[in-house]
This record gives sequence, C-alpha cells and structure tokens, in this order.
Amino acid sequence: MPVDLNMNVLVVDDYKTMLRIEENLLKQIGFKNIFQATDGSAALQVLRERNFGLVISDWNMQPMTGLDLLKEVRADVALKAMPFIMVTAESKTENVIAAKQAGVNNYIVKPFNAETLKSKIAAVLGAF
Amino acid sequence: MVMSYENFHAGLRNLVRSSHAQLTPAVPKEKTDEIADYIFESLKVVVSPTDLTFYTQMNELANYIKKAKAEIALIKPDDISKNYVPKATDELDAVVMATEEATNSIMDVCDAVALIAEECPEELKNRLIECNTKIFEACNFQDITGQRITKVVQALKHIDEKISAMLKVMVDEIQKAGGAEPDLPAAPEPEAHPAKPETLLNGPQLPKDSMSQDDIDKILSGG
Repeated sequence: MPVDLNMNVLVVDDYKTMLRIEENLLKQIGFKNIFQATDGSAALQVLRERNFGLVISDWNMQPMTGLDLLKEVRADVALKAMPFIMVTAESKTENVIAAKQAGVNNYIVKPFNAETLKSKIAAVLGAF
Repeated sequence: MVMSYENFHAGLRNLVRSSHAQLTPAVPKEKTDEIADYIFESLKVVVSPTDLTFYTQMNELANYIKKAKAEIALIKPDDISKNYVPKATDELDAVVMATEEATNSIMDVCDAVALIAEECPEELKNRLIECNTKIFEACNFQDITGQRITKVVQALKHIDEKISAMLKVMVDEIQKAGGAEPDLPAAPEPEAHPAKPETLLNGPQLPKDSMSQDDIDKILSGG
C-alpha cells in the first residue's frame, strides 16, 4: 500500500530555519499536512492532541531532547507504535546505537537531501 | 653555565660579607671571609662540581619561572573572562544570526519562485521546483554551522575557565610573595583614527556597535 500523503507528519526541531527546510522538503515529497514543534515536550503535547502518522525529530534540543521524546513516545501506550525518524547532526556510533535501543525507526544525518529523506520515509512507511 | 669551585667560593664570600654588612659594630672583612671559607670547606666534602652545575641550573630555572609568573600576573587574568571571551562569543553569535537571516532570505525568495512556478507551464514549473528543492537542501548548512559554532563557544569557555583558574593561583602566589601588582589596567585597544590606517582594520562590527546606513549617509552629507 502506498504511503498516505494526507497523514499528519510532525517535524520537531529547535532551529526554525531547519523546520522550514524540512517542511518544504516534505511538501516536495508530497505530504500535505505538516505540523511543527520546537522541542520534545511541545512535540509530546501535540502528539497527544492529534493523530499522526510520522514523527521526524532532531536530537539536540532543550529542555527535552529528541532521544527523550522517542523514549516518551515508546513508553506511551497510545503512541508506542508511532513511526519515528531521527534527523540529527549527531553521527557517532554511540548515538545511533542509543537511538536504536530506544526504538527509532530510522536515522538521518544532517545535512541531508530530499532524496535521502524520501528513501528513509519509504523504508519506514512503505513505498510511495 | 658551569660553576667552578673558585666561583662558588668567591660568591660565598660576597654573600657572607653582604649579610654582615649591616651589623653594628661592623664585622671585619677578614672575619666574614673566614666564616665563608669555613662553610666552603665543609660543603666541599659533600658537594661535587657536578652538583654545583646542577644547583646553578636549578637556580636559573627557578628564576625563569619566577619571572614568567610575574609576567603572567601582569596579563590581568580578568581580562580574558571579562573581555576577550565574551567578545569572541559575541562575534560567533553574530555569525550564527547573520547566516540564519541570510538563509531565511534565500528561502523567502524560493517561496516567491514557487508561487511564480505555479503559473508556468508544467515542464518549466517542475524544473523550477526541482531547483528550489536543491536550494532548500543546501540551506541545511545553517543548522550545522550553528551547532559547530556552539561547540566552539563551549570550548572557548572551557579554555577560559582553565586559564583563569591557573592564572588565579599564580597571581595569588605573586601577591603573597610581594611581587608584581596584577591589578593593572588592561592594555587599551588602539583607538581608530583616520590618520592611522592600521587602526581602521577591525572587520565587521557587531550589530550593537555598527552604524546604520542612515547614520553613515548623514555623516557623508555633513549632517
């Protein structure tokens, strides 16, 4: 089944410029309903208010990091199956392992391009 | 420098003579030399010529360290924390802000191009959107630049803390020893003057220190 481009997608990043870039790239891919949050706790609140089909989150944010957000999502009965992609400049092996152990579905290292974003989303949600 | 027994003996005589010079009644030179000779003969038994050279070098090293400490004390450690580090971090923050503004301006133009593309034939529209996407991808640099600069700022602050702690210990020692007074005013930055071109090369100013184009126009128009 092709990816539902009408699903709600939440982009989480503390850099407003980055949110804008990611939203634009997601629109180019074809997603129509994109929401933004600037840190983990704000994202968690939005996730509990509305149904989302995908979360794309930065790691390095304050006060709640992307990894903390991922752990909260996986610990929440209603959200634990949420597809979650980490998009971050943290490219050390230890980071990738920690994200994997926390239950991340995919991991994109910044800087990235639309093609990488699309292929990782496809790997998580299925073909477009 | 290699110290001979002869030099050591002569130095010892001078030392004993000067240490007794202030005594009343005065101690005759023959008596101080006698004391020095006695000390010399006693030391000769246990101090070899190699030891003498070693002690001389150690003494030179100690003097060098003392001088270095005094010079470091004059640096005025507070300057590093109060002036240099904040100035450097302000400059770096300004870099982040400027690149962020520039990135947003580029993306504003991309949005405008996307609107124009909607009015173009399909093939041209697709080509324009493809170009726009590549520009958005390239704008990724801003986030990475910001994060790297944040790391540099953190490293600067860490270095500042370490240097300040080290200097504080040295300054305290110098002060206790009655050495150089560290609380001297910092060397002022050379004041910019039109007649001194070397003072006019200060690079871009921070937004808070810079003049607006309007201010510059006023000066040029004699206002």
